[in-house]
Amino acid sequence: MTEVLSTDVAIIGAGPIGLFAVFELGLLDIKAHLIDILPKAGGQCAELYPEKPIYDIPGFPVINGQELVDNLMKQIGPFGPKFHLAEMVERMEVLGTPERPLFRIGTDNEKAIEAKSVFIAAGGGSFQPKRPPIPGLDAYENQSVFYSVRKMDHFKGRRVVIVGGGDSALDWALNLHPVADRITLVHRRDAFRAAPHSVNAMRELVNSGDMEFVLGQVTGVKGENGQLSALTIRRENGETYDHACDDMLPFFGLTMKLGPIAGWGINLNENLIPVDTAKFETSVPGIFAVGDINTYPGKLKLILSGFHEATLAAQRAHHYVYPDKKLTFQYTTSSTSLQRKLGVS
Amino acid sequence: MAKITFIDATGQSRSVEAQIGATVMETALRNSVPGIEAECGGACACATCHVYVAPEWTEATGKASQMEEDMLDFAFEVRPNSRLSCQIKVSEALDGLTVTTPPKQG
Repeated sequence: MTEVLSTDVAIIGAGPIGLFAVFELGLLDIKAHLIDILPKAGGQCAELYPEKPIYDIPGFPVINGQELVDNLMKQIGPFGPKFHLAEMVERMEVLGTPERPLFRIGTDNEKAIEAKSVFIAAGGGSFQPKRPPIPGLDAYENQSVFYSVRKMDHFKGRRVVIVGGGDSALDWALNLHPVADRITLVHRRDAFRAAPHSVNAMRELVNSGDMEFVLGQVTGVKGENGQLSALTIRRENGETYDHACDDMLPFFGLTMKLGPIAGWGINLNENLIPVDTAKFETSVPGIFAVGDINTYPGKLKLILSGFHEATLAAQRAHHYVYPDKKLTFQYTTSSTSLQRKLGVS
Repeated sequence: MAKITFIDATGQSRSVEAQIGATVMETALRNSVPGIEAECGGACACATCHVYVAPEWTEATGKASQMEEDMLDFAFEVRPNSRLSCQIKVSEALDGLTVTTPPKQG
């Protein structure tokens, strides 16, 4: 059964801008829930470049991606945001009127969140597995080609080919090994970027003949009705051969796709959401777009610009959350009421 | 300035002027050359700026670093002349460089 939650603002995307939006909304007594497809907060900062230094965050000559996320989490702590991680927003319904908007968001985890306003802070879109450009591959997806393992049982007694050399590939090769009839690991080089203990465990199984390792790349698929019978593999020396198997699990990392946002009735321009620069509101009243996902004349995809956008959007969101209350602008340096909210006064 | 030629997967070629010190990826984006996505913005963290360096230029561009090799694991159809274009800095020595972009980045 669908669980229905209620909040003031639903923020789609828990990257740096979604996180900072919680702060600006919180100062205005607006509660927020955040939804993100990744299992952790931080978006690209945490997923793509946690250890890369960033040099253009005002006040920080240098800070790395994960430090910035950790600081933001600390900064929004007083406002107690609720996180829904590893969940993708699939649907959005407009329930209210343009003057009194109300939205219902549905996630792929059977959750529904009702909110008076929505902030889309989805960056480049949702992180989704990269799909190898093998002709005809889509006919096998979710039947015998999988980008994640949901049910281990499916692989019982099957000949499984795992492609890739990172932690996902190695972890699943080791985890499925006791379940599957046979595991073959296919990777383009004899070096792995996975945890050393996983690599060692894999090499032991290969040495004892309990797992197969093929140095090469998958170039073709064979089978019928969505069921694989073989993969065409090109070995390092250029030779190709057909490798009989029942399932393939390709692990080539994640890429960003706009995803379901395209179907929500919001005007888009080349996969970006046009907004005005006073309120950062979309074509749908009550829905805001902040950070890398929006576009306007002069837009720069910078974290610092996103912070500004979220701040102005929060001011306008107040109008939807508290239609009868007047908003007075205050400084955190001098306002005791803001300081009380932050727990410092 | 140095001239760089990008050939896309369909064989169409585009030659652009590159600033010395910029990366090949930045040069592609500045000149709206299609076929390079650069999702992570040049942090060597996404493998969506994958290119094949023309064989006569592989010596001049040099080899991929360890970190770049690791990221190339996330690219498709990797060949011995595969590089991530965000990791190739344009220098006078690369004037005339030709790279080919793959059919699919991400």
